[in-house]
Amino acid sequence: MALLEIEGLEVYYGSINALKGISFNVEQGEIIALIGANGAGKTTTLHTITGLIRAKQGTIRLAGKDITKSPAHKTVAMGMAHVPEGRRVFAQLSVYENLMLGAYTRKDKAEIAETLEHVYERFPRLKERRRQSAGTLSGGEQQMLAMGRALMSKPSIILMDEPSMGLSPLYVSEIFDIITEINKTGTTVLLVEQNAKKALSIANRAYVLETGKIVLSGNASELMNNEQVKKAYLGE
Amino acid sequence: MLSFISYLTSGLSLGSIYALIALGYTMVYGIAKMLNFAHGDIIMVGGYAAFIAMSTSWCPVWLALIISVTVCTVLGVVIEKVAYRPLRSAPPLAVLITAIGVSYLLQNIALLTQTATPKTFKSVAAGAPPFMIVYEGEPPLFFTRLSDSPYKNLTPALTVSMETFLSITVSIVIMVGLTLFINKTKAGKAMLACAEDRGAAQLMGINVNGTISLTFAIGSALAAVAAVLMCSAYPQLTPYTGSMPGIRAFVAAVFGGIGSIPGAMIGGILLGIIELLSKAYISSQISDAILFLVLIVVLIIRPTGIMGKKINEKV
Ligand SMILES: Nc1ncnc2c1ncn2[C@@H]1O[C@H](COP(=O)(O)OP(=O)(O)OP(=O)(O)O)[C@@H](O)[C@H]1O
Ligand SMILES: [Mg+2]
Repeated sequence: MALLEIEGLEVYYGSINALKGISFNVEQGEIIALIGANGAGKTTTLHTITGLIRAKQGTIRLAGKDITKSPAHKTVAMGMAHVPEGRRVFAQLSVYENLMLGAYTRKDKAEIAETLEHVYERFPRLKERRRQSAGTLSGGEQQMLAMGRALMSKPSIILMDEPSMGLSPLYVSEIFDIITEINKTGTTVLLVEQNAKKALSIANRAYVLETGKIVLSGNASELMNNEQVKKAYLGE
Repeated sequence: MLSFISYLTSGLSLGSIYALIALGYTMVYGIAKMLNFAHGDIIMVGGYAAFIAMSTSWCPVWLALIISVTVCTVLGVVIEKVAYRPLRSAPPLAVLITAIGVSYLLQNIALLTQTATPKTFKSVAAGAPPFMIVYEGEPPLFFTRLSDSPYKNLTPALTVSMETFLSITVSIVIMVGLTLFINKTKAGKAMLACAEDRGAAQLMGINVNGTISLTFAIGSALAAVAAVLMCSAYPQLTPYTGSMPGIRAFVAAVFGGIGSIPGAMIGGILLGIIELLSKAYISSQISDAILFLVLIVVLIIRPTGIMGKKINEKV
């Protein structure tokens, strides 16, 4: 049984058919990349999985449990965290307050403090700036905060929507290193990226989304050598 | 000088009542992103609830206050659930019109059940001595009845009533409590998160509908307290009692920066003081005009209000 199973997902915005029946799965411990051009439906897919948007058709199962109709605030407690597109940190709140909101569904204070220490270890810059309001952080730091915030819920799977968007090349490499590290400590990752090259270089498998449909899938290394992928997404 | 202090304390007391009402406006605006124009009428309902409770022979003042707060809290939550929640993703104008509709509905229900005849509200401090009396050239007397005062043949230069004192202290206690609640508790942090980004708040596991309900509950409870304080100081109760204070408190919220909690407090208090002072020294007829003039000037200088935050652009 896969950790996350998506079957025949169809999503509409009014009359716009954004997802036209997509199916894929994510196994425990994998990094799965979901790549595709602007407007392909990547963000829609993630939003539907976490429950910010309702699917018209199809099922979503997390660890075998049907979560198709679970609203977003319930999926977090089931072990799914989501790093949204554009980071969406709480700009008026401090770095520390943002991180603690990430642990909103958890009760045990001691365990939360422990996770906070881990997050601070992984992102020392967040520790330095813990009292600063999140809005004053740089784009890269905000991305780290968004990731740290997601880790605070101690997720079994983490959904990331274009974490490298708008970052300088140096930061991009750092972010991808961190994703690999997060995965090594046992967290499954579903990664949406425009930077297909980087995404495929760290992923186990990948799916290619085009206007609401999955048109290609396979091992990341295979896809990297696929002519179609090379032309459309790797700019070769 | 003493008369100025007297106007100032009355203004402060009226202003703290406005602040309590403005808090309801500003919190609902900040978190639910809507202008709840029925908020003023919740005050009126709170007034009637307390009035009806107190007109029975067995109901003590504290119980009347609890009844009023309970009625308003439930009413606020129910209104949100029935009238506003179904419009969560509707255009703001539709929500605004619904709120105006709810306002008329509440007024008309009050007209039907309580009639338009003004009721005389019995002050919660009825029978209590004034908080402070000052005679010219003498130290102030606290909690002393006029009849018990050693200078009872003289006319006091300044009297601060128990109602005035209660309004100010109760409001201060509530504002401190609310500030602590918002900044120190998990539910308060959830409110701040929802105010900034509802979607992201949901991704943290925050139940947005629940948080909005809580916001309406708190705002309406504050309105009930404001109702009892206000009706004690200005004892005429009619189905329209809530509309003027409601509008003034809305102005106060805008004045302080709508969405900002300290802003609503400061805006409310300033508004009360401006109203009283302009009534006393300029003209009671044009005090509302002066109020709006000040508002316009403030908004020209600071379009987001005194404590208003800069509007954040989403990435
Ligand atoms: N709220 C919305 N209302 C209407 N249409 C929408 C909405 N959100 C997305 N869409 C449409 O759905 C389609 C998929 O959008 P989505 O945001 O999922 O794409 P994406 O793959 O994440 O793109 P990008 O790489 O630009 O982030 C697009 O055609 C978009 O215009
Ligand atoms: Mg997207």
